[in-house]
Amino acid sequence: MQPRTDIEPLREVVSRTVVLPQDDIDTDQIIPARFLTTTTREGLGRQLFHDWRYRPDGTPDPEFVLNRPDAAGCRVLVAGNNFGCGSSREHAPWALLDYGFRAVISTEIADIFRGNALKNGLLPIVVDGDTQRWLLAHPGAEVTIDVAASTLELPTGRTVEWPLDAFGRYCLLEGIDPLGFLLQHAARIDTFERSRSWTP
Amino acid sequence: MTDIPPRTLFEKVWDEHVVVPETPDTPAVLYIDLHLVHEVTTPQAFDVLRRRGLAVRRPDLTLGTLDHSTPTTPVRTLRDLAVVGESAAGQVRRMQENCAEFAIELLAFDSPERGIVHVIGPELGVTQPGKTIVCGDSHTSTHGAFGALAFGIGTTEVGHVLATQCLLQRRPKTLAVEIEGPLPAGVTAKDAILAVIGEIGVAGGTGHVIEYRGSAIRAMGMEARMTVCNMSIEAGARAGMVAPDDTTFEYLAGRPRAPQGAAWDAALARWRALASDPAATFDRSVALAGARLKPMVTFGTNPGMVVGIDEPVPETGSDGRFRKALEYMQVSPGKPLTDTAVDVVFVGSCTNSRLSDLEQAASLLRGRRVAPGVRMLVVPGSQQVKRDAEARGLHEVFLAAGAEWRESGCSMCLGMNGDTVPRGKLCVSTSNRNFEGRQGVGARTVLASPLTAAASAVRGRIADPRELFDGRGEERH
Repeated sequence: MQPRTDIEPLREVVSRTVVLPQDDIDTDQIIPARFLTTTTREGLGRQLFHDWRYRPDGTPDPEFVLNRPDAAGCRVLVAGNNFGCGSSREHAPWALLDYGFRAVISTEIADIFRGNALKNGLLPIVVDGDTQRWLLAHPGAEVTIDVAASTLELPTGRTVEWPLDAFGRYCLLEGIDPLGFLLQHAARIDTFERSRSWTP
Repeated sequence: MTDIPPRTLFEKVWDEHVVVPETPDTPAVLYIDLHLVHEVTTPQAFDVLRRRGLAVRRPDLTLGTLDHSTPTTPVRTLRDLAVVGESAAGQVRRMQENCAEFAIELLAFDSPERGIVHVIGPELGVTQPGKTIVCGDSHTSTHGAFGALAFGIGTTEVGHVLATQCLLQRRPKTLAVEIEGPLPAGVTAKDAILAVIGEIGVAGGTGHVIEYRGSAIRAMGMEARMTVCNMSIEAGARAGMVAPDDTTFEYLAGRPRAPQGAAWDAALARWRALASDPAATFDRSVALAGARLKPMVTFGTNPGMVVGIDEPVPETGSDGRFRKALEYMQVSPGKPLTDTAVDVVFVGSCTNSRLSDLEQAASLLRGRRVAPGVRMLVVPGSQQVKRDAEARGLHEVFLAAGAEWRESGCSMCLGMNGDTVPRGKLCVSTSNRNFEGRQGVGARTVLASPLTAAASAVRGRIADPRELFDGRGEERH
């Protein structure tokens, strides 16, 4: 059985960057909890960074980076240290993807956010401090992200590798849904359940 | 007799649940013993099952509750609970439909067992040592207090567990956090875990499972251990664990869904073997001296920005995030937070809403009043906690002091249900996150223990609970 795909294969992202230099950008900033009463995954881009993006009267804050004209069409978000800490809400990567982002770059990315991002085809890219500082200092720089080689190329020609395990790479490149992979193990799961010394 | 090398508690639980070992190319297939589900992070997962024609593999290992979007306004009967907002009401309805369609037990509004997912698991005895436990909620780490491996997952993974009872996982690293020595009077489990997060930082546990060890942890009751494990995620660790011991077994004995009779004896033998072997090693370790701990309060916009209640807020460095946090919180560096005016006090959440937490808060409120102008909400973690508290008369203490006594739920921890802190107002909260806007747009959150929260409610300003001790026994926690 060929695992069915739920996500589009992703080989390369070429885009200008948007820079949000704050450290520890948490999931409540990415999408506030009051927007989590939805029962679908669509349309969350409107609420992305909601409380930073809109003023109390609901109008866009022109100072916020995503509201500036040159942010339009950017698919790569560069953040300060430690992106995505906090909640397990998958609404966070859904909101980033729905807005149009395909990659987030930081020096550290929280575990649950990282796993959620990968499963939805949002690239969680962890780089060294020097590379991050260069990116933070050069908003709008055009970068090339290669999934097969798991590299990030800066316009200076500098290329850095980012960590991506073999399985994550395989799923991204082939558009594989890990659920299909798990379902292929049904017989092993049956055996495991039968052979346990205790039952939960 | 065996050539198994010394192993940690985590390694023992992990090893026992590997269905397919990991390889350089593929993660392990890990079996899940208990899947807790709630209304917020599951509807999209059930949709995937429907779209692909899949059933729930083990509805008997899946348990649902309603907690996040649910109202906590006091009602005569729980059937009267009216969900605030059309969207939240739709989500609650969808949860009821999904659980009915997929034959999952749901503790709904009419269930006396309903409550916050991380309160009811232990309370019912379904949380047990040695189990793997997951939920679409990052505070699933709470259940690690029993020596379970428990962690939060996203909605895609909720779908994986519903369909296969398994997850694809890479084995995390291990981090030992040792807290030795008794905690001083007025210092609680909440203060201990805030001190740990202050020490290692909000990303300090990333990629690791924490095991909390040492005499201070051993001396804690189960509810205190749950408070500690609950906030593991605030240090970036997906899971936190405590080795099960007699305290654990005494808590579980006789719980409605704990093993009974011969099954209990067999379980006990298995559970006693779970503690880390003396020669087991951890990838990293951190030690804190319990005797030096103080009541802790956060001053910034993440739980790692924390100080002792009588200590000055650090002077800002060059870090832009730090300055922005102090600006948001309207806090000045170089001065302690005490005497800062308080608008709201929230006692509740999966961190601090159990009976012992409410008893702590009540111990300082008894015979006192909430200061004029301060709104205090006390939200029990479950309907069972509510009944237990009422049987002890705690609700009368809260109501007499001028606090609100509510139905159970997540409530003002994340403000999804209409319980929010108004813009610019300061809330001393026993919850787990002080992120910007967490408790309401523009709300300012100070995380603290139930003792500190109650003392602050009485004084109307952030207050050291030790100032209110008058020898009535409040200090013994």
